[in-house]
Amino acid sequence: MRNFFAFLSGGLFGAGLLVAGMVDTKKVQGWLDVFGAWDPTLAFVLAGAVGVMMVVWPFANRRERTLIGLPMPEKPPRLVDRNLVLGSLLFGAGWGIAGLCPGPALGSLSFGGWQGWLFVIAMGMGMAVAPAIRAQLDRLDPAPEDG
Amino acid sequence: MEQDWIWGLVGGLMIGAGAAVYLLINGRIMGASGILGGLIDGSGRDSTSERVAFLGGLVAIPPLIVPLYQVVDTQVSSNIAVLVIAGLLVGIGTRIANGCTSGHGVCGISRFSLRGITATAFYLLGGGLALAIGRHVLGVI
Repeated sequence: MRNFFAFLSGGLFGAGLLVAGMVDTKKVQGWLDVFGAWDPTLAFVLAGAVGVMMVVWPFANRRERTLIGLPMPEKPPRLVDRNLVLGSLLFGAGWGIAGLCPGPALGSLSFGGWQGWLFVIAMGMGMAVAPAIRAQLDRLDPAPEDG
Repeated sequence: MEQDWIWGLVGGLMIGAGAAVYLLINGRIMGASGILGGLIDGSGRDSTSERVAFLGGLVAIPPLIVPLYQVVDTQVSSNIAVLVIAGLLVGIGTRIANGCTSGHGVCGISRFSLRGITATAFYLLGGGLALAIGRHVLGVI
């Protein structure tokens, strides 16, 4: 049951990315390229997705359990810390130069050619070494709030 | 071109629906980097099958829709160095920041999360800067 809905959710996400044109790296770079031929499509994609979730969150927040009785997610940490800022800058830089973020990269694997596979393999390697880099960062500057 | 924004909005609503299903039924935040990253670094060992199912849908459903289009071109770079460096940056960055465009962007902004909004501001900044330097200064992208 749980896995069926996870599959459905992933499928909706992937189909939405395709319909929205977000698997087209030129469209994504067109949004980020404020000095070039600027493409506003990504703003409409984000507005649509955020719009749905703005309706969903207040409903979700009133519930103790999900519609099939699973626990709701834990409240996230409120802290804006160095890792959030540094990690987001690094992620953004990679997103900008290739025009791919994790969702569209995975969603286009079946039709994106070897280039998409190479990107996803490199991304997976990055994810594999990230905990060690994170630990190193925390050693350099041990902030007590960092979890 | 003038229809792009309509399809962007429609696709966005579908992405939101996917996030809604994952939250309201599975009780999880739909974040692509977290779902994959948890499998890779072992931190999501207790929810392996759910993660695999989500990724299965994400990979297997889009090709069913591709035939509806005349052309689906990702127009992705064929420069091996660009792909490898970008992939490493995205992999490392999203895991250090604990989220990407779907988790921090879609799910974070919509609940007015300070972390989600801050992360989005910084990955947009990072993306804009990297593209500006790579394309307009170095001319390599």
